[in-house]
Amino acid sequence: MAKTAGKKSVTRTGKASAKAPRRARQSAAKAAPPASQRVDFFKLVPKPRFVGKPVKRKEDVRLITGAGHYVDDLRLADMLHVEILRSPHAHARIVSMEVEEARKASGVVGVFAYKEISSLCGDVPLAHPGIPDLKVPHHPVLADGEVNFVGEPAAAVVAESRYAARDAVDLIRVEYEPLPAVVDPEKALAPDAPKVHKELADNLSFSWEVKGGDLDEAFKKADRIIQQRVRSQRLIPCALETRGVIAQYLTGEEQLTVWTSTQIPHILRTQLSGMLKLPESKVRVVAPEVGGGFGSKLNVYAEEGLLSALARLVAPRPVKWIETRRENMAATTHGRDQIGELSIAACADGTVLGVKHDCIADIGAYHQLFTAIIPTLTGLMLAGSYRFPAARTTLKGVFTNKMPTDAYRGAGRPEATFIIERIMDLVAAEFNLDPVEVRRKNFARKFPFSTPTGLAYDTGDYEKALNQALKLADYQGRRARQAKARDEGRLVGIGLSTYVEICSMGPSKGMAAGGWESATVRVSPTGSVEVLTGTCAHGQGQETVFAQITADVLGIEMDQVKVQRGDTGNVPWGVGTFGSRATAVGGTAVFEAARRVLEKMKKVAAAALGASAAQAARVQIKNGKFWAGKKSLSFAEVAFQAHRGLVIPEGETPGLEATYFFEPGNFTFPFGAHICQVEVDRDTGEVSIQGYWAVDDCGKPMNPLLIDGQVHGGIAQGLGQALYEEAVYDESGQLLTGTLMDYAVPKATHMPWLHCERTETPTDVNPLGVKGVGEAGTIGSTPAIVNAVIDALRPLGIKHLDMPLRPEKVWRAIKKAAAAP
Amino acid sequence: MIPVAFDYHRPRTLEEAVDILRQYGDEAKVLAGGHSLIPALKLRLAAPKVVVDISRLPGLSEVRRSGSGLSIGAGVTHHQLMVDPLIAKLCPLIARTAPEIGDVQVRNLGTLVGSICHADPAADWPAPLLALEAQVVIVGPEGERTLHINEFIEGMLTTRLAGHEIVREVVIPRAYPASCAYKKIRQSASGFAIAGVAVQLEKKNRKCSSIAIGVTGVAQRAFRARLIEKSLQGAELDEKTIAQAARQVTEEVNDFLSDLHASAAYRAALAQVLVQRAVLAALAA
Repeated sequence: MAKTAGKKSVTRTGKASAKAPRRARQSAAKAAPPASQRVDFFKLVPKPRFVGKPVKRKEDVRLITGAGHYVDDLRLADMLHVEILRSPHAHARIVSMEVEEARKASGVVGVFAYKEISSLCGDVPLAHPGIPDLKVPHHPVLADGEVNFVGEPAAAVVAESRYAARDAVDLIRVEYEPLPAVVDPEKALAPDAPKVHKELADNLSFSWEVKGGDLDEAFKKADRIIQQRVRSQRLIPCALETRGVIAQYLTGEEQLTVWTSTQIPHILRTQLSGMLKLPESKVRVVAPEVGGGFGSKLNVYAEEGLLSALARLVAPRPVKWIETRRENMAATTHGRDQIGELSIAACADGTVLGVKHDCIADIGAYHQLFTAIIPTLTGLMLAGSYRFPAARTTLKGVFTNKMPTDAYRGAGRPEATFIIERIMDLVAAEFNLDPVEVRRKNFARKFPFSTPTGLAYDTGDYEKALNQALKLADYQGRRARQAKARDEGRLVGIGLSTYVEICSMGPSKGMAAGGWESATVRVSPTGSVEVLTGTCAHGQGQETVFAQITADVLGIEMDQVKVQRGDTGNVPWGVGTFGSRATAVGGTAVFEAARRVLEKMKKVAAAALGASAAQAARVQIKNGKFWAGKKSLSFAEVAFQAHRGLVIPEGETPGLEATYFFEPGNFTFPFGAHICQVEVDRDTGEVSIQGYWAVDDCGKPMNPLLIDGQVHGGIAQGLGQALYEEAVYDESGQLLTGTLMDYAVPKATHMPWLHCERTETPTDVNPLGVKGVGEAGTIGSTPAIVNAVIDALRPLGIKHLDMPLRPEKVWRAIKKAAAAP
Repeated sequence: MIPVAFDYHRPRTLEEAVDILRQYGDEAKVLAGGHSLIPALKLRLAAPKVVVDISRLPGLSEVRRSGSGLSIGAGVTHHQLMVDPLIAKLCPLIARTAPEIGDVQVRNLGTLVGSICHADPAADWPAPLLALEAQVVIVGPEGERTLHINEFIEGMLTTRLAGHEIVREVVIPRAYPASCAYKKIRQSASGFAIAGVAVQLEKKNRKCSSIAIGVTGVAQRAFRARLIEKSLQGAELDEKTIAQAARQVTEEVNDFLSDLHASAAYRAALAQVLVQRAVLAALAA
């Protein structure tokens, strides 16, 4: 689809200097360093056979041919089916619930409401965000006398078939007393606003602030103060696979197993153990194939607790629930939904001195796992790739009668990037400067770079990515052609975004849960290699990347490596896959574990070969064999010896596996420059994308094919936010965009051709030099597209429009501008 | 899909199908391509007792010559209409409308006849069918009857088709020249028309000797833009004349739709723009 040209551009090589390999090999041969010392991947494997190469994904054959197994593909013996009655009201009191008719219906095993479940399953949990005075309402897995958003689970039917369960849901008679609903977060803050939760004083869940630098000074020195209100609209993540849960409780074994479509099996296990008051040792969580999550499966859901509780009630029969698309849109977490009031202190030469940002985050009716944390990321990333000295974000998290918001691809950073990249264009427009020059003027240039919001960016070269993107897009020529088109009355626009984002989450000190990741590399007596990772890929391709890393470290073929993830029954511990962390944190854990296995194999090989001390110190792998002096053993022979137990070197034990928990010292900060050209149809307001160019820098590339895939998909979702997508609730809290007939996820026909390249600026945060790329496309693309549309409309005097830039909105703006004196 | 339970019939002949419908009347629903019925079943907006699948009835999946025009059977898919040589030759407006419908999957299964029977006001087909004076051939227990497309579609999601009747085919009564076009603005989620305009015209000595304009997506039901047609009939079709005539679109109907995706004012403006563009495109074709 897109052309990718990776260029060598190592700006910060650390110890992995390009000249070093030979010397590195020599010194490694002299004395293998103890595994506890930091060894960079490219020092250990100077000429990798797999890492960095466009290796095809191991997982694709089964996924493309439909041979993979998602939750819905699992059919257990004696399985029962669950369907859920959901609230049709945004806010109502449940006066009564009549379930007898449903209970008597054919095939129905039971009908369950709050009172049957509450003793078995506690509230839906949240990760503690460290925000003082955070108000957390009662959040039961089935409504406790009151419903607070359309789609909230109110009762569950368990039946012999899914059809019987669904039919019985229609037989439950609920009398609701509608209560006033509050849908607009700004109105929700008014003193006389209806309250979402009667037990709370008001709808303000929390306030939070981050600031740094001298704002007074910045605003005093500014040539102009620019004010702008910006909105990141509410989005529906729409993973291709909806959620689904199977739960089974074996009474004899006292073992609960939960198969669920999740990004975080281990965190879920811990949380379920708390909700169900079962020790974690009795809870096993399995994520089979997961068909996309985008953050919407980075959560602990009511249905996961509910199904677990139901499994105990009907034990030992398993219960299964598969979410419909309609349920997915109404009752799986939404993303974004922030309103920002901006004040920008700027100089006439384009220098930005400071930014004040007052943010209202519409968090919906409850706290999900990271609901409160996501908008704080917007505040933390407000500085973007720029070095203005002063910034402040005040944040109000507000309850409304809507589905809770939580992580959605980018999670806080798309909002921040949209703000700061709009700011750069607003400043450029204000002083009639080229947006490229404004960006150059403000770029951070020295690394590590400390932002006024307290982050330390690891490495970066923002201008380099920008220059490459300008060249790729022929920016100068394009601007000249734009001027000509404007003379002809055409509305052609060019937009930029030079983003930086925060990845490889993260150091534990910066996270609400642990920020480490674990890996086990295990070699069997026959030399077959298993990698157990605590990450939980759901489309990213870590099965491939981790096999690349392991095969390179151990000198074997990728086919010899089987990567396992997603089962707390075999992966010792893990945090999960989100925040573009899996390769940078989880991949490093794999590398470190593999390296330890390698060290042991060298020792075992030396012992088995009867090598001298000098030979033992310089065991080498060549052509798949371990060499000590002139004698060698194959990989499988060494593995066998380690298990056979007869030639175990001193200080070692039999067996061949290593587990490593990697704790990164910092986040990583990938960056890039995206450029977009659009033309707006003056008569209809339609936006057509005429060209898209992206240069992304995610550190050392592990697999260019996977990077391209992430960037393409990310741009598609960013384009969706810029032009099409919006979750719309009406004034009474009904979700109007409740099906894919009304909620516009971009399709193949909406996508332009993407021209993608890369720069490579390795990070020093991990030994792979890799930063992460899962969210970059989403973060970089939205502002580039919006800036392009606003640039197209600039001759009409239009300075800003809220997303999504759907045709009617653009048409109205054009009409209004034409009517203005 | 978890619909309400229904009985499924796949009759072998049209007569058998009609017989089943006679038995069940309004409790039965006819399934052809399924692109309107299946989503309605899935959301339980439709809960028929009986579904009668006519998609594999012999003879219904063909495009045939019919007099000087042609006939489109009830099983003919949008994709067939895109690629059928007879359609391209005798009725290019149909061939040009077909690729604007849905996406590849929809076009591979959905049918023209199914679409008009569903009578979604945002469907594409009514616009060209109105412009082409299409006839709808209906069979029922009492025999066969034919309705003009304009009579067949009553309003939003309603037609004059009785519960025990089946549309066997749509007949385009004569062949049409290449001076035609279909222009639409798509609703970005569904791909349906927020506004769609089909134009079929004929020229004599630079003047417009006949013109038919079908408009869909903007009102309760698709309509012929008679006022605009009248203004352009016999006129020299230059840009100014067309633009002036197109302005009358707001007088053609008084029930412009307003919904989540487009206001009435925007739909009216789009209809006007699309009339101009479709007439110009038809002229250039």
